Amino acid sequence: MRSALHAEWTKLRTVPGPGALLVAAVALTVALGTVVAATLTCPAQGCAANLDAAKTSLSGVQLGQAVIAVLAVLAVGGEYSTGMIRTTLTAMPRRATVLAAKAVTVTGLVLVAGAVAALGSVLAGRLILPGNGLTPEHGYPPLSLTDGPTLRAAGGSVLYLALIGLLSLSVATIVRDSAAAIGLVLGVLYLFPIVLHVISDPDWQRHLQQIAPSNAGLAIQTTVGVPDLPIGPWAGLGVLAAWAAGALLVGGLLLRLRDT
Amino acid sequence: MTATATSHRSAVESGRAGFGQVLRAEWTKFRTVRGWLIATAVAVLIMVALGWLTGVGSHSSYDNGPGTPTVTGHPYVPLGPDGEAVNDRFSLVHRSLAGDGSITARLTSLTGAQVLLNHDDPSAPSETEPAPVQPWAKAGLIVKENTKQGSAYAAIMVTGEHGVRMQYNFTGDKAGPTGTVSAGSPRWLRLTRTGDTLTGYASPDGTNWTTVGTVRLAGLPSTVQAGLFAASPVVENVSQHLGGGGRVTGGKSQLTAGFDNLTTAGGFAGGDWTGTAVGSDDAQGLDQRGGFQQDGDTMSVSGSGDIAPDVAGSGDAMEQTLAGVFGTLTVMVVLGVLFITGEYRRGMIRTSLAASPRRGRVLAAKALVIGAVTFVVSLVATAVTVPLAEHILRGNGNFVYPVTGLTQLRVIVGTAALLAVASVLALAVGTIMRRSAGAVATVIVLIVLPYILAIAGVLPPGPSQWLLRITPAAGFAIQQSLPAYPQLSRAFTPAFGFYPLAPWAGFAVLCGWAALALAAAGYLLRRRDV
Repeated sequence: MRSALHAEWTKLRTVPGPGALLVAAVALTVALGTVVAATLTCPAQGCAANLDAAKTSLSGVQLGQAVIAVLAVLAVGGEYSTGMIRTTLTAMPRRATVLAAKAVTVTGLVLVAGAVAALGSVLAGRLILPGNGLTPEHGYPPLSLTDGPTLRAAGGSVLYLALIGLLSLSVATIVRDSAAAIGLVLGVLYLFPIVLHVISDPDWQRHLQQIAPSNAGLAIQTTVGVPDLPIGPWAGLGVLAAWAAGALLVGGLLLRLRDT
Repeated sequence: MTATATSHRSAVESGRAGFGQVLRAEWTKFRTVRGWLIATAVAVLIMVALGWLTGVGSHSSYDNGPGTPTVTGHPYVPLGPDGEAVNDRFSLVHRSLAGDGSITARLTSLTGAQVLLNHDDPSAPSETEPAPVQPWAKAGLIVKENTKQGSAYAAIMVTGEHGVRMQYNFTGDKAGPTGTVSAGSPRWLRLTRTGDTLTGYASPDGTNWTTVGTVRLAGLPSTVQAGLFAASPVVENVSQHLGGGGRVTGGKSQLTAGFDNLTTAGGFAGGDWTGTAVGSDDAQGLDQRGGFQQDGDTMSVSGSGDIAPDVAGSGDAMEQTLAGVFGTLTVMVVLGVLFITGEYRRGMIRTSLAASPRRGRVLAAKALVIGAVTFVVSLVATAVTVPLAEHILRGNGNFVYPVTGLTQLRVIVGTAALLAVASVLALAVGTIMRRSAGAVATVIVLIVLPYILAIAGVLPPGPSQWLLRITPAAGFAIQQSLPAYPQLSRAFTPAFGFYPLAPWAGFAVLCGWAALALAAAGYLLRRRDV
C-alpha cells in the first residue's frame, strides 16, 4: 500500500494538471464566495430573518465542487484515456489497493485545498459582510471559526469537497470515461436542486432534499434555522458519504471484475 | 538540351472534399458509435421522466372553508377574453348601459386599508386597519360586458402610485397623467362608449380634457354594465430560501375611493345603482368585502382584489414540465464535447484533417451534425414531455396556466433549439480545450451554475438578473411562457421563473456565446498543429 500511495502521489505531482486544478478550485471557491458576500446587502432596519452569513460566505463551494470533480475524475479517467491503466494494473495487480491509493491521495489533496478555500471564504466573509450591514448591532458578529456553527459550516465544507472528490473518482472508475463521468457527477450535483425547485408537493420536496447529494450534503453549511432543515447538517453529510461510499464500492467491484 | 519535369497530378476529382462529403463523414462518425446513440436515447428519457416526476410530484386540493370536505382540484381561475388566466375580483357599482353613453365623475380621495384575517372564524366579517394605498390599487370608471369574472372591459382609473391609467381586457394598460388624488387636487375621469369603441379621458378641472386611450372591444354586446369600481391587490412579501425557491406571504388590502359630480349620459337605465362584488362567493356580499354609499351625486366605493392578468400563484406554468432540460443538456454537452475530443484522444483528428484539410469545413460540419441531432432529439423529448406532464398535472388537480398555441410552440421548439445551441457551444469549447473532462465541466458550469445561483436564492434579485442577462444561462428565457406585466406589483424575479430578458433576446445571448466560442475554435483549429 505504501508503494501504491507513493506511485499515485508521483503521478499527481508530476503532471501540471492536478496542481493547476487545485489552485483553480481554491481561487474559484473564494472568488464566488466573495462576490456573493459582496452582493448581499442588509437594509438599515435589519436583515431578513433567514440570512445565513456563514453559508453565504461559503457558497463558492457550488463552483469549487465542479473543479474538484474534474480533478478526481481525471485521476482515474486520465489513465483510461491514455491506456496507462494497463501499466498501472500490471505493476500493481491488486486492483483494490490501486483504487484505495488513488482515493487516499485525491482525498488528501482535496482536504488541503478545501481547507485553504474554506478559510479564505470565511476570511472574505469576515472582511466584507460587516461593510454590507451585517454588523454586531444587527445580530451578526464577525464570522469566526471559534463559533461552533461557523466552524461546522467551514469544516463541513472541506469534508463535503472531499466526499465530492471521492464520488467523482468512483464514478470515473465505473464508467471509465472522463467526459461521461464528469457529465454524470455534475448532472447529479446540479440536477437535484433544479428539480426541487419545480416540484411543488412539500413531501416530495422534503424527501428529495434528504436524498440529493448536493442538497443534503450542503446542509452542513447551514448555521441559521438548523431545526427547520429537511435533514440535519451531519446526517446530510452522511447522505453524501453514503453516495460516495456506494459509488466507491461499485467502482471497486467493477475494477476487480472487468478487464481493463 | 534541357529536360522538363512535370509534377504528378492526382487523377481524383478535387470535388471529393466538398462540404456535403465532409458533412456525410461527420454524420457517419456520429451514427456509428453505439454509446452515443444510447446517450441520445437516455437524453430523451431523462426529459420525459423528469416531466413525469414533476407531474406526479405536484398535487393540488382545496376546500370551501372549515368543515367542508377537501377535494382534488384548484379554486376557480377565471379566464380573460383572450383565454389567459386573470384576476377579476373587485367592487362594482353599476347600471345597465344600452347602446352608446358616457359616464363622468370626479375622484376626490383614495384611502388604503389592510384587511385583517380572523383566523378563528374566517367567515366572520373582516376588520380593517388603516394602511398606505397600494401602488396598484385602482379606482375609477368601468364598462364591462357583464358582472361575470373574466368578461371584457375597459376602465379609466387612478392608481395608488402609477397615476391615471386606461386598462382593458386585463392585459392592456395605457398610461395617462401622473400624480395621485387628494381633496386638494381631485381628478376628473370620463369614459365614453361608441359602439364597441371606448375612450377614456382625464382632466384636472372638468373643463380641459385629455384623451388617455381609445380601445376597441370586439364583440361587445349592445347592453353592458357601466359604473364605478374599486380594487386593491393582495400585498406580497417575498422571502427566498437556499435551495428551496421562494415563499410569498401577504394579506388582503382595501381601497376606498370617494367620487362626486357623478353624471351619466346616453343609454343608461334609470333607477338605483347596484353594488356587485365581482368574483365573490355567494355567501359573501358586497358589504363584507367593501361596499358603497351614495348621497346624491356623491359616492364612496370600497373594494379588495384586482382586475389584472394572473401569472403566478394559482398554478403551474407550462415550462415547469421541462425541468428535465438540465439532464438532457448534460448528456448533449458531453456528446458535443466528445464529438471532437474523442478524435483528439484517439489521434483520429489527424486522419480527419488529412482527409479534408480545410479545417473550418470540418468544424462547421461537426457543428451542423451535432446541432441538428440535438435539435431533433430534444424536439422529440419536449414534444412528448409537455403534453404528458400537463395531463398528469391537471389530473392531480393542478391548474396549468393556459397560453396561446404560438407560445406553446415557442417553448417546445425553443427548448430544443436551446439544447442544440448548447451542444454546439460544447463542441466549440471541446475544440478549444481538446480535453473532455475540462471542457464538459466548463460548459456545464457556464450554463447551469448561473441558473442555479439565480433561481435558488443564493444571490439577491439584482445580481441574479445580471447573471441571466450576460451568461449563457440567459437562453433559458426562451422557456418563459407567462409575461411579466408591469401593471402587477409582483416579484418578477428569476426565482419565480421570470427572466430579465425577453425570450428571443435571452436565446440570442446564448447564440452569441456559441458563435464566439465557435469562432475561437475555428481560429485555434487552423493555427494549431494537431
